[in-house]
Amino acid sequence: MELYEQTIHDLQSQLQARQVSSAEITSSFLDRIASTDPSINAFITVTKEQALADAQAADQRLATDDCTPLTGIPVALKDIFLTEGVRTTCASKMLDNFIAPYDATAWAKMKSQGAVLLGKLNQDEFAMGSSCENSAFGPTRNPWNKDHIPGGSSGGSAAAIAAQQAVATLGTDTGGSIRQPASHCGCVGLKPTYGRVSRYGVIAYASSLDQVGPMTRDVTDAALLLGAIAGHDPKDSTSVDCPVPDYTAALPQGAKGLKIGLPKEYFIAGLDPDVQQAMDQAIAVYRKLGAEFVEVSLPHTNYAVATYYLIATAEASSNLARYEGVRFGHRAKDTAGLIDLMMQSRSEGFGAEVKRRIMLGTYALSSGYYDAYYIKAQRVRTLIQQDFIEAFKSVDLLLTPVAPTPAFKIGEKTADPLQMYLSDIFTIPVNLAGICGISVPAGISSNGLPIGLQLLGRPFGEETILRAAFDFEQATDWHTRKAAL
Amino acid sequence: MRFQPVIGLEVHVQLKTDSKIFCGCSTRFGAEPNLNTCPVCLALPGALPVLNQKVVEFAIMAGLATNCSISPTNIFARKNYFYPDLPKGYQISQFDLPICLAGHLDIAVGDQTKRIGITRIHMEEDAGKLVHGQGGGSGVDLNRAGTPLLEVVSEPDMRTADEAVAYLKKLYQIVTYLGICDGNMEEGSFRCDANVSVMPVGSDTFGTRAEIKNVNSFKFVKAAIEYEIARQCELIEDGGTVVQETRLFDPSKGVTRSMRGKEEAHDYRYFPDPDLVPVVISDDWIKRVKGDLPELPETKFNRFLTDYSLPEYDADVLTSSRPLADYFEQCAQSCNNAKSAANWVMGELTRSLNDNATTIEDSPVSPAQLAGLIKLIDGGTISGTIAKKVFEELWKNGGEAAAIVEQQGLAQVSDTGAIETAIDQIMAANMGQVEEYRGGKDKVFGFFVGQVMKAMKGKANPAVVNDLLKQKLAG
Repeated sequence: MELYEQTIHDLQSQLQARQVSSAEITSSFLDRIASTDPSINAFITVTKEQALADAQAADQRLATDDCTPLTGIPVALKDIFLTEGVRTTCASKMLDNFIAPYDATAWAKMKSQGAVLLGKLNQDEFAMGSSCENSAFGPTRNPWNKDHIPGGSSGGSAAAIAAQQAVATLGTDTGGSIRQPASHCGCVGLKPTYGRVSRYGVIAYASSLDQVGPMTRDVTDAALLLGAIAGHDPKDSTSVDCPVPDYTAALPQGAKGLKIGLPKEYFIAGLDPDVQQAMDQAIAVYRKLGAEFVEVSLPHTNYAVATYYLIATAEASSNLARYEGVRFGHRAKDTAGLIDLMMQSRSEGFGAEVKRRIMLGTYALSSGYYDAYYIKAQRVRTLIQQDFIEAFKSVDLLLTPVAPTPAFKIGEKTADPLQMYLSDIFTIPVNLAGICGISVPAGISSNGLPIGLQLLGRPFGEETILRAAFDFEQATDWHTRKAAL
Repeated sequence: MRFQPVIGLEVHVQLKTDSKIFCGCSTRFGAEPNLNTCPVCLALPGALPVLNQKVVEFAIMAGLATNCSISPTNIFARKNYFYPDLPKGYQISQFDLPICLAGHLDIAVGDQTKRIGITRIHMEEDAGKLVHGQGGGSGVDLNRAGTPLLEVVSEPDMRTADEAVAYLKKLYQIVTYLGICDGNMEEGSFRCDANVSVMPVGSDTFGTRAEIKNVNSFKFVKAAIEYEIARQCELIEDGGTVVQETRLFDPSKGVTRSMRGKEEAHDYRYFPDPDLVPVVISDDWIKRVKGDLPELPETKFNRFLTDYSLPEYDADVLTSSRPLADYFEQCAQSCNNAKSAANWVMGELTRSLNDNATTIEDSPVSPAQLAGLIKLIDGGTISGTIAKKVFEELWKNGGEAAAIVEQQGLAQVSDTGAIETAIDQIMAANMGQVEEYRGGKDKVFGFFVGQVMKAMKGKANPAVVNDLLKQKLAG
């Protein structure tokens, strides 16, 4: 097996046994990126020189006792994470020239543990999108079928795993942006509980919904990487100060005895038959593993998408005000005065979807509309949270599809934003509720595209969903299927 | 028509914390542009605010000292607008849930006390500064961005410019007493927006108001409000109407001018800042802050009346600022003569401070040094006149009053022999005046006192001189 096909835990044991060096692993991935990325476009920036230097440093560190499960492991980051000295674009023309002056906390933690940075990954601009088509650097293609989207917004992070261009990646999830691309690309994607991982140094889209999470080849790696980045950060007031458990230790506990809820609102007419079949098979697997199923109701599910597009856009309209061409980023030329400078820089720097969401959010917050839109959306958000609280009174976790269909074709939904928004219907409520969720490979569609399974847990219940996901992975081989490139 | 002016004030109090409200950068004034900045106050992508707890504590102090109720739950809100000195494109402030509500301050209006309502006090961050000029361009200095402010909003309870100034001075006195503001008005640490309107006398409907922005001295506030009242009255009498607008005061011309266009009908799109969690203030916290509050001006004033038996005027002057009050108390306790200490502090010391444009904190004469001087007067060692000379010496060269008197031989002469000799000589040289006095012209007595003191180089004990002169002149 090639080095680039392996997991963190595979490589780590070989690294520590000195069977392989980080330099060799890193070169293997850099070569793989060079050969595959021209057709995938998962990377915006490849940090080759730095990666090789960091790999050498990691090899020296591996010779000492001071190493961690991430030492010498080559990873890549969604281009939404600030990386000191490395261009950080958020897939926007606005930040085309922006060299980050500091590290995001999640990356700083991985770096200090010896992870090697291969580069920065494509995404929807400012994380706004479900297909990775809204990028100033062109769309990323699904390694399973290049006519299809990889999902979004962390499309590059998922495609890079599927194309074996990185062992693991980090994404961010505001309405499904980790889980949906993980599902579409056949990898594992974990959205932790809001507050579990620091948002410091992560370019904000919607602050009350954004959360950082790992994207990996298997559940063990997800558990491992979450443990490496989780925890309270004094620089992020919304990060929660509660202990970080050893997530890998929870894995062997299995699914036996777990009570799994099936929310009836998620198993609707119109669900793609292949997706429905994958869910049915997954339920059968879990029954065999000793889990028990109950139907539950999340009655406000239908309002989630509308609620999300009011709250997320309202926050975004304010979060994106700092991009005005005065201090950093794109600055329009030949402008007539200050106001013109700001207007032109923003007009030129932002793409269509970003502008659309800024306008939606500005409208929702405007005097006279605020109560009818923003406040009402906040009230519905509370109802959606209560739906989950109620459900978790009788079950340990929930099982749902990640997306109504497998990955759609590039260009299929770009003309109809509303259709695009609806593709996130099963992932969005999770962000509104602030709970945790994981997508694991659970099938292949008739046209050869991966299908993911979503497991949802209580706030800070990552151990439960990870252990259930791990047991499923042990009982199936979907995670071993690879895209034929 | 006669008009009734209505005035409300919004005061920005810059808090004297070491670091900014949402990051660890220094709040020091006068650094090189953009030196005191970090990703948070520069609003770089990905940066997040973290609240400085000291700011909340200072706000609670201000609220307690102005009779406000303290909100148990505090939410920060974003006030959205574009301006190049506002790096995030929004200001973090408080909107519908400010930290302090419904307080008041009592001010003196003539012989009466008038209560001015305080609507609210909220916490917020300051913006940066635009620097125009050099090379035709404009620069942005973000050192001040993120400096903590309290905005204190009064009810429209003031009716004259003098009332407004009295309220402002009272508030100033309180925040400087609390030690939460350095009170440096020139550097903008205490600045005010005045809302001014007029209505016909007898009406109960307020007129349309104009807001005069950023006035930073008591004198200018008075001038700006008076000008604005006159302008509005004249405008209405001429058949015009006042428009709601923002105006700027031009101190050089003493007029207010419309800031046309800039502030027209802003929609700030306030909403709760999702990057900050609600600040919960427990009763225990409030109790702790209350327990640590310094003595406030009113309490100190009353204590000075009773403890030191000072006249109201003296107590008022001496409690006008905390350093002045502290100076007086140290001096009075050390010399055991409060009235004399009060006279010296309000008289000679204040005059010298003013003449040298220095402050009580930087006074070259310490309370202990001044007390030493007062003790010499009380002990009869020197006269008041000589004491002034000794004070000058202390001011210029320091040292101790007793040592100066000793070295320069300034001790008062009470030796009757030396004084009698001087009197005899003067009487002999001025027989004409002696005759006049004896003929009933009492006024000449002063002449003799002056001559004797002159001959004794001011060191003669005046009481002894008086007694002896009376005896001798009587013949």
